[in-house]
Amino acid sequence: MKNKLLLGDEALAQGVLDAGLSGCYAYPGTPSTEIMEYIQNSKLAIERNVHRSWSTNEKTAMEAALGMSYAGKRAMVSMKHVGLNVASDAFINSAITGVNGGLIVIVADDPSMHSSQNEQDSRFYGKFALVPIFEPSNQQEAYDMAYEAFDLSEKYQVPVMIRITTRLAHSRSGVQTKSVREMNKSRLPGDMRQFILLPAIARKRYKGLLSNQEHFTSESENSHYNHIIEGSNKDLGIIACGLANNYLHESLKRTSLDYPILKISQYPVPVNMIRKFASSCKKLLILEEGYPIVEESLTGLLNMEYKVSGRLDGSLPLDGELNSDHVSRALGIELPASREVPSLVANRPPTLCPGCGHTDVFLALNKALATYGKGRVFSDIGCYTLGALDPLNAIDTCVDMGASVTMAVGAADAGLIPAVAMIGDSTFTHSGMTGLLDAVVKNSPITLIISDNATTAMTGGQNSAGTGSLEKICLGLGVDREHLIMMTPLRKNHDKNIDIMKKELEYNGVSVIIAQRECVQTAARDKRIAAALKLKKVANT
Amino acid sequence: MKSDIILAGVGGQGILSIAAVIGYAALNRNLNLKQAEVHGMSQRGGAVQSNLRISDEEISSDLIQSGMADLIISVEPMESLRYLPWLSKNGWLVTNSKPYNNIPDYPDIESVYSEIKKLPNHIIIDADGIASEMKSRKSSNIVVLGAAIPFLPFEWDDYEFGINKLFGRKGEEIVRTNLEALKAGMEFCKTINK
Repeated sequence: MKNKLLLGDEALAQGVLDAGLSGCYAYPGTPSTEIMEYIQNSKLAIERNVHRSWSTNEKTAMEAALGMSYAGKRAMVSMKHVGLNVASDAFINSAITGVNGGLIVIVADDPSMHSSQNEQDSRFYGKFALVPIFEPSNQQEAYDMAYEAFDLSEKYQVPVMIRITTRLAHSRSGVQTKSVREMNKSRLPGDMRQFILLPAIARKRYKGLLSNQEHFTSESENSHYNHIIEGSNKDLGIIACGLANNYLHESLKRTSLDYPILKISQYPVPVNMIRKFASSCKKLLILEEGYPIVEESLTGLLNMEYKVSGRLDGSLPLDGELNSDHVSRALGIELPASREVPSLVANRPPTLCPGCGHTDVFLALNKALATYGKGRVFSDIGCYTLGALDPLNAIDTCVDMGASVTMAVGAADAGLIPAVAMIGDSTFTHSGMTGLLDAVVKNSPITLIISDNATTAMTGGQNSAGTGSLEKICLGLGVDREHLIMMTPLRKNHDKNIDIMKKELEYNGVSVIIAQRECVQTAARDKRIAAALKLKKVANT
Repeated sequence: MKSDIILAGVGGQGILSIAAVIGYAALNRNLNLKQAEVHGMSQRGGAVQSNLRISDEEISSDLIQSGMADLIISVEPMESLRYLPWLSKNGWLVTNSKPYNNIPDYPDIESVYSEIKKLPNHIIIDADGIASEMKSRKSSNIVVLGAAIPFLPFEWDDYEFGINKLFGRKGEEIVRTNLEALKAGMEFCKTINK
C-alpha cells in the first residue's frame, strides 16, 4: 500500500494498471487526456509493455479495446463525453457481444463546458447500452472502482463504464494503492459465436444482456459504493450521486442539519434501496453532477404526490456543474458573506499563442476571402477554433470533429461557393478524411485548408496520426495533384499565401491547402527536452 | 486546522508550479490535500485558477465555497480580483504587481491597485522586478509564493522539500535559484508586514 498524490484521471489509470491492464486505447480530449498520459509514463506499464499509444479517434480506440478483450486480455478505453458519440456504435454493440477479457470504458464528462461544445451526461449512454456504471465521488473511489471494475466485467462478460466529470478528473488528492495483479493470459472466447452479431445471434445475446439487468441491479444494491447514512430529521431525504456527495458534506459541515443521505455511486440505480429510503422520508432532494437522470426516473410522468426535487423543479440549476453554493441554497443553508468581482475586471478568454501558425493562416485567409464577403469558413475542434474570437473573427462554425469538411460540402451544395473548410491535422485524421472523400467523389467546389502543426495541440501536444503523411492521404483519397498545395504559414509568406488561397478559391472543384508549421508549444517543449538530454550527457562524461 | 487557497493567474504563468510546491509541502506535513486544477482550453493565455485545500481533517469538496477562502495567491494583479467572491472576510490577498496585458480592454493599472488596496488584508509585490534582479525572471511565480508564506501553515523545510521535489530533476542550480526566489518573497513580506 502506497499513498500517492493523484489527479482523478491518474487514480483511474493507476487503478486499471494495478488490476492487470494489458492495453489502454484513447484519443486525447479534455478532461480525459491525463488517463492515457499517465499510463504512457508509468514504469509499471512500460515494464509490462502495456499498449499505450494514441488511437486515431474514439471509435478506433473502442474497437481496438474490444479486440483486445476478445483475445482474453484486460483492456481499457478512455475518452471525453463527446468522444463517446463517435465511439457509440462500437460501445452500444459491445454490450451485445459482451466481452472476454475485462473491458472498462472510462468517459470524462465536462459539465459547465470548460473545454467542450456540450455537457451531455454519459450515464445516459451507459443506461442506453444497459451496462453497469461506476461514478466515483473522490480520487480514492476512482482508484478502487478502476481496480474492481474488471472483475465485474469478467463476471458478467459485459463492458463496464466509469463516468467522471471535470472537477474530479483534474483534482489531485492522496490515494492508497493496492497490490499489483497479474495480467490475463491470452485466450479465445469460450463461445466462438459470441462476437458475430448476425441478427439470430444478436437476439440471443440481447436477451442475455436483458436477463443480466437484475444481476447488475443486485450488484448495485450490495455495492459498498452505495449506502445510506442515517439521519434523525426525516422531513427530507437526500440522494447524492457521485461527486455531488462532496458538495453535500461540505454544505452540511457548517450546520447542525441531520438529514438521512443515500449515496449512489454504482448503477443501475439500487431500486430496493431507493424504495426503502424514500419510504422512510417525507420528501426527497436529488443531487446529481450532470443531467437529472435519477431525479427524472423517480419523478416519472405521473408526478405522484410524493415530492421529489432537484434540477427539474428548480431547486438546483438545470445546467452547469454542481458546487457547494448550489447545494447549500437547495437546502436553505445561508451562504457565508462574500464580495463582488469589481466591475473593472475584464474577461480574459484563451487566445492563440504568440507566433502560432494558425494565426498566419487566418490572416491570409481573411484577406483572400475579402472580395467574397463573410460567412463561408466552416471550421472545427482544436486551438484554431479560437480564430472565432477578436481580432481574427475568421471562422463561422465549430460543431464536431470533422464537421468543417462536410458542412462546407453541404453549403456548397446549397450554392455557397466557394465554401472553405479549415481543420487541424489531428482532427482531419480523426474524422475529416471520410468527408474529404465525399467532396472528391462529387468534385465539390470547396477549399479545404489543413492547418498542420504536427500535433494534437489543444490537449497538450500529443502525437497526431497524420504527421508526415497528410499529402499522401489526400492524394490517396483522390485529390487532384494540381490542387493539392503546400504552404508555410509565416508572416514573410503572407502575400504569397494570399495569392495561393485566392487562386484555389476560384477553382470550381476540390482544393486542399496544407499549411505546415510546427506548433510553437511543442517546438519549445522539444527544445527543452533536447537541452535536458544534452545536460545529462555532459554530466555522464 | 484548515487552509483554503485560490491560486490565480493567466495560462502559462506557472500557477501549477506554485500549487505543486504547496502540495508537496502539505504531504511533508502529513496533511490532507485536494487541489483542483484547470487544464485544457483556458491554458492558452486565458484566466486560470486552482483551488487548493489543506486540512488536518477529511476534505469533502474539491472546490472552495464562496466567502470561505483564507488566501488568494495571484501572479497577476487583475486576476487576483476575479476571485474576490471566494475570499473570506478576513482572508489575505497576495499578488504580483506586474500586469499581463494580452487583452484589448485591460483596465488602468492604478485602478486595479486601488481596488486591491480596498481590502483590509493585502500584499502587492513586484515579483517580476525581484526575480529580474536575481537574474531569474522565470522564478517570479515562486517569489509570489514566498510573499504568501506568513499565511500558510508550513515550516521552511516543507518548502525545501517541495522545491526539491518539483525542480530536483532540472538540476541543483534551478533548485537553488527557486529557494532564493522563495526567500526573497518572504523577506519582502517581512519588511512591509506590521
